[in-house]
Amino acid sequence: MARSAQPLGLWAGAAAAALLVCVVFGSLAAVAWRAEGAARFGPADWAALRFTLTQASLSALFSVALAVPVARALARRRFTGRGVLITLLGAPFILPTIVAVLGLLAVFGRSGILSAALGWAGLEPVRIYGLHGVVLAHVFFNLPLATRLLLQGWLAVPAERFRLAAAFGFGPRDVFRHIEWPMLREVVPGAVLVVFLICLTSFAVALTLGGGPRATTVELAIYQAFRFDFDLARAALLALVQFGLCALAALVVYRVAAPAAMGGGLDRPVERHDLQGRGLALLDGGLIGLAALFLLTPLAMIVMNGVPGLAGLPGTVWLAAGRSLLVALAATGLVIAMALGLALAVVGFERAGRRGAGAALEVLGMVALAASPLVIGTGLFILIFPIADPSALALAVTALVNAVMALPFALRALLPALRGVEADHGRLADSLGIGGRARLRLVLLPRLRHPLGFSAGLAAALSMGDLGVIVLFAGGDAATLPLQLYRLMGAYRMGDAAGAALLLLALSLALFWAFDRGGRRDARG
Amino acid sequence: MTLAVEQLVITQGDFRLEADFTLAEGARAGVIGPSGGGKSTLLSVIAGFFAPRSGRVLWHGADITALPPADRPLSILFQDNNLFPHLTAAQNVGLGLRPDLRLSRAQKAQVGRALERVGLDGFGDRRPAALSGGQQGRVALARVLLRGRPLLLLDEPFAALGPALRAGMLELVREIVAEAGLTLMMVSHDPRDLQALDGVAILVAEGRAHAPVATEALLADPPPALRAYLG
Repeated sequence: MARSAQPLGLWAGAAAAALLVCVVFGSLAAVAWRAEGAARFGPADWAALRFTLTQASLSALFSVALAVPVARALARRRFTGRGVLITLLGAPFILPTIVAVLGLLAVFGRSGILSAALGWAGLEPVRIYGLHGVVLAHVFFNLPLATRLLLQGWLAVPAERFRLAAAFGFGPRDVFRHIEWPMLREVVPGAVLVVFLICLTSFAVALTLGGGPRATTVELAIYQAFRFDFDLARAALLALVQFGLCALAALVVYRVAAPAAMGGGLDRPVERHDLQGRGLALLDGGLIGLAALFLLTPLAMIVMNGVPGLAGLPGTVWLAAGRSLLVALAATGLVIAMALGLALAVVGFERAGRRGAGAALEVLGMVALAASPLVIGTGLFILIFPIADPSALALAVTALVNAVMALPFALRALLPALRGVEADHGRLADSLGIGGRARLRLVLLPRLRHPLGFSAGLAAALSMGDLGVIVLFAGGDAATLPLQLYRLMGAYRMGDAAGAALLLLALSLALFWAFDRGGRRDARG
Repeated sequence: MTLAVEQLVITQGDFRLEADFTLAEGARAGVIGPSGGGKSTLLSVIAGFFAPRSGRVLWHGADITALPPADRPLSILFQDNNLFPHLTAAQNVGLGLRPDLRLSRAQKAQVGRALERVGLDGFGDRRPAALSGGQQGRVALARVLLRGRPLLLLDEPFAALGPALRAGMLELVREIVAEAGLTLMMVSHDPRDLQALDGVAILVAEGRAHAPVATEALLADPPPALRAYLG
């Protein structure tokens, strides 16, 4: 080939790939090795598997069923704040689970505002713990996702079709039968599947709202086998089951779950000519209002309850916040280095005409989607336990696992952007001899600012709010903010918990905002 | 002979182009022919972005077929994306001196003079978005000046400009080529561009890049392939 070789990125790519293989497959191998032992899949484990499938099915059905009318209302109405609302639909992805749970408790919990209202009416308070609590939290997280997926379906319908419907004098009923129903038949099964698979791998929700023999997911069972019984063999066996579930989930979730950019492209209302009736407008307005209320009230409660407690937060909370910031920044640095290295190597291979090698590396970068953080955590614990005190490494392991888990999303944002830069500017750079580090500094990094900032923001927020692998490793004195919050809730110190939750929410959103904003600032040309 | 293209065979899927010609030092050659005929592909091969199936590209007798693009004795301007949008005009020009842009004071002065030469004195701090299409073309030409490579390949970089601007740019190209003693190959689909160039013409049509002939003679008595294209 009459083309300069591109060693740039190959080393970084190789290092990232090696780290990934070690973390994901090394931990899995460790798990498999331990699982060979005596443990068998007992009745409690079957119950956990059953509960996992049941809650995921119910969560998926409710999320999507509720999303259909909401997405339809959003698709056909224009109003002030519509763009903001649609942007907010992308927000649950970076919302710390434990914060959302606390917000839901403030609304639907035993002493929440709903129970208080029921109490005035002389009714029993609602109970949130157990199956319906888990499903409620999952609907809270996935109703926005399902709405976004369905909204895409509505926007994909060519505008001409609605104009044609207007020309034929179709009413809303006819439009539904001839245009919307066929579209929904195609989009809804995919949306149900995505939500189902996401809920299969949910840990923090089950940890906080589930529990007990009747509401334990597989991930939670891993944690309990680990933390309470220290039964490594059983934890390992469960981890293998979970890996199977996750591997299945990964393939589908990757394509649709994470917002490619917050609300990007979805702020265009569908042009409609059949919506003259006032009743219909009221219905749509009511639906949008209810959905917004359902999504925003818990967050508003976090803010309202949190503000008074913020000033008096104990020092342990601030220390935990500091640790979480460190973990989040370390994870972000690691994930950006890995994603950039992998992306450069993938594109380098593609440009050298070695598409097979590029594709293999890309798949490897996505493999973390198939790994549950609890499974990786279990494996790393098994590996570390004989040689060192796992709790001493809790923060480092958390940052590492967070980075690995965020890598697929960063890679998905970076790779197409990098391909675009090389397609637009690669020949010019080649002809001028801009290679190696000069190419990175002068051409690639400046052109990749936006996806880099977005990926960093996503990774930082995910890591900041993560309540997963840390619960396996943390000793008494190395809690991150989400874990500290969980402990405060467990100790019924609700004032401090509310303050800590507000702090965590603010830090997560601030991290995302700061990185994403940094990527947009000065992005001229 | 300066540039020699020896029994070059270029294939890309079903597409096939053969070329075998030489170009004299200091020649101004227009490359003309129907679109899809392979004009740009021919330039891509000479510039090193696309490997030929067989044959050689020689520069003063030395085989450059396997050299990476930056090591070839040429500058090339594409149809678009000739400037990096996030760099200023001066930085874009400076890349012609040092691809890592670590310029000495003297080199920065050189950049200033090159911009002055193309009529863009004082425009150094602007980014491409703040320049007109014609000004962007001038920045790219200033970079060609600083790179100082003896062969200049133009792949219709001024195609998007209006007729008057394009005539002005061609005039500047002729001046720069003359001052720096460059050999020029310029793709165009407009015979008037070739006339303005007042040099030789290479017809690329029907799977073949023909040897350069005097433009006036070619246009006065076009072969059937060119006649069909000109209409």
